[in-house]
Amino acid sequence: MSRYLPALSRLAQALGLLLAVIVLNFLLIQLAPGDPVDVIVGEMGGASEEVIALMRADYGLDKPVLTQLAIYVGKVATGDFGYSYYFNQPVLTLILQRLPATILLVLSALSIAVLAGTLLGIFSARRPKGLLSHAVTIFSLAGYSAPVFWTGLMLLILFANVWPIFPVSGMTNIRGSGGPVGAVLDVAHHLVLPAVTLATIYIASYSRLARASMLEVLGADYIRTARAKGLSERRVVYGHALRNALIPVVTMVGLQFGQLFAGAVLVETVFNWPGLGRLAYESILRRDYPTLLAILFFSAVLVMVANELTDLAYRKIDPRIGGASRRRRRAKPQPKGASA
Amino acid sequence: MSPAEATRRSSVAPAVPARPDAPAPERPEAAPPAEARAAPPAAPPEAPADTPRPSNPAKEFVQVFLRNGTAVIGFVLLVLIAVMTFAGPAIYPVDPYTMVDLPFAEPFGPYAPLGTDYLGRDILAGIIEGGRATLTVGVTAAVLSVVIGILVGALAGYFGGWMDRSLMKVTEFFQILPALMLAMVLVTIFTASLTTITLAIGIVAWPQVARLARAEVMRIRKMDYVAAATTAGARDAYLIFRVILPGAMPPLVVAAGLAVGTAILFEAGLSFLGLGDPNTMSWGLIIGQNRNYLLDAWWTVTFPGLAIFLTVLGISLVGDGINDALNPKLRRR
Repeated sequence: MSRYLPALSRLAQALGLLLAVIVLNFLLIQLAPGDPVDVIVGEMGGASEEVIALMRADYGLDKPVLTQLAIYVGKVATGDFGYSYYFNQPVLTLILQRLPATILLVLSALSIAVLAGTLLGIFSARRPKGLLSHAVTIFSLAGYSAPVFWTGLMLLILFANVWPIFPVSGMTNIRGSGGPVGAVLDVAHHLVLPAVTLATIYIASYSRLARASMLEVLGADYIRTARAKGLSERRVVYGHALRNALIPVVTMVGLQFGQLFAGAVLVETVFNWPGLGRLAYESILRRDYPTLLAILFFSAVLVMVANELTDLAYRKIDPRIGGASRRRRRAKPQPKGASA
Repeated sequence: MSPAEATRRSSVAPAVPARPDAPAPERPEAAPPAEARAAPPAAPPEAPADTPRPSNPAKEFVQVFLRNGTAVIGFVLLVLIAVMTFAGPAIYPVDPYTMVDLPFAEPFGPYAPLGTDYLGRDILAGIIEGGRATLTVGVTAAVLSVVIGILVGALAGYFGGWMDRSLMKVTEFFQILPALMLAMVLVTIFTASLTTITLAIGIVAWPQVARLARAEVMRIRKMDYVAAATTAGARDAYLIFRVILPGAMPPLVVAAGLAVGTAILFEAGLSFLGLGDPNTMSWGLIIGQNRNYLLDAWWTVTFPGLAIFLTVLGISLVGDGINDALNPKLRRR
């Protein structure tokens, strides 16, 4: 039993945080001008007195605030995030429809950023004074400083107008394309610009981080030992150094997932990508509070899931953390950090 | 400590992964990218207190800063942008809200040097006028977030125990909510105005500073001179604000500088989404209003974006320069 305790306590903590998000959402609804029924009635374009009274009773607005909070928590717990009168659908349905597009975009951007960022970082760490190293530094600064939506607009001008090799917006071609393979290729074609845009800022930060941590690791004693053994440079760098140099990058991925998601709101708006971010933009325009707050809730859930996944990856890469002793007994010894 | 807790701890201060004796990674606190409000609290750079102080630290700081070419470029950029926005209306007296030419007049034309937007308004005048809102919101929101962050971090780091645990829970809560999303929701619910936007950005952007301040205060709290002050009978408030925080300032100054850049990017993003104050010109607003005509009039979005880009770039360059100048250990690189 005791070995499940850490997992249980983490689960409890996660649920506590989610409850806090729900309470925050409830507070925001309370603070918003007008109560939810006013907003809904406004969106419906008016309703009779009886209907309004019925809806107030349905929402429990005639009850004390704490009772209302309990009702709200109960509703969210059963997946009832309210009804979007603008989209004419339950909010949950709406969100589940849009979620896959966002996940596809965010994961593609993340893969591009991690891959390109680490590779650039490693290359520039191997020749810290070289041309590439300087180029990576400049690119990092530029990537950090450019607003992501502006990067997207610039890429649109360049690659959808000046040299039109990518579509301007959307996720699929309206005319449709031949067969399932064609459909996949079509989505991929639409995905390139948004994913690259979202990735730019993170390529910048990952390459910088990978460069710094690679430089540090390459100066470590165990790397000198590996070199002294006569290993090829390739094995020293990719076999011994890379794994330890990746640890800060993995941490950063986890910590920044929320930001990546927020960046997706802007990128999806620029490219009309039909995901949660675009939905958030649309619900801002329509003052569709239930949808907006549900998106906030789901983004918190996504961030927490990402944090847990990062933790897992972190333990896989860094044996000093978590189940190190167990694994060491099973697996054959591998070159690790000097202080492991 | 349970493994889970160990992981959590280590993911809090990850920048120096393995060896306490290894040099700190290169300028880690300059690394967080644009949308990164939750970047790891960078490894606190070695405080100047650890190294022999030169005779005149201020003078040496300026010298080192000036020797850093990129930092000087950044500084010049910032000065130019400040002059442009605050003295600009006197040098280029064009009303940014009235029509000066046909809509979508090309840049470098006779009337509008950077072209006109969809209402025939002068883009250059818009950039000059919009800079004031953007920079004011950026600086005010950054100050707000840094003050909140330092207060939370200092209290958590100084008192430890339940105070630390509860404040860090609050910080964690704010970190699982994507900052821009939360700011969007806040501004949507409380009608857009410069004040709302500033408050919203300040409220969402502090956790990173709080973590950094907490780590610094915890480190300095253990030092002998703090113990000496305690023995001399100093009270908590005096210890925190007069004894400990001054020593924690160098990394916090850099973090505050970068917070301005972050806040500017936030403001730009919010205005771009149409969440800015519709009656006040700002760089993000110009881009947001013109983006539907992007393919016909590239200049309407390119130049205001360039202004944001150069401002944030200038801030990062100067931030890096200050960091290097305050950080004798990194100077050797």
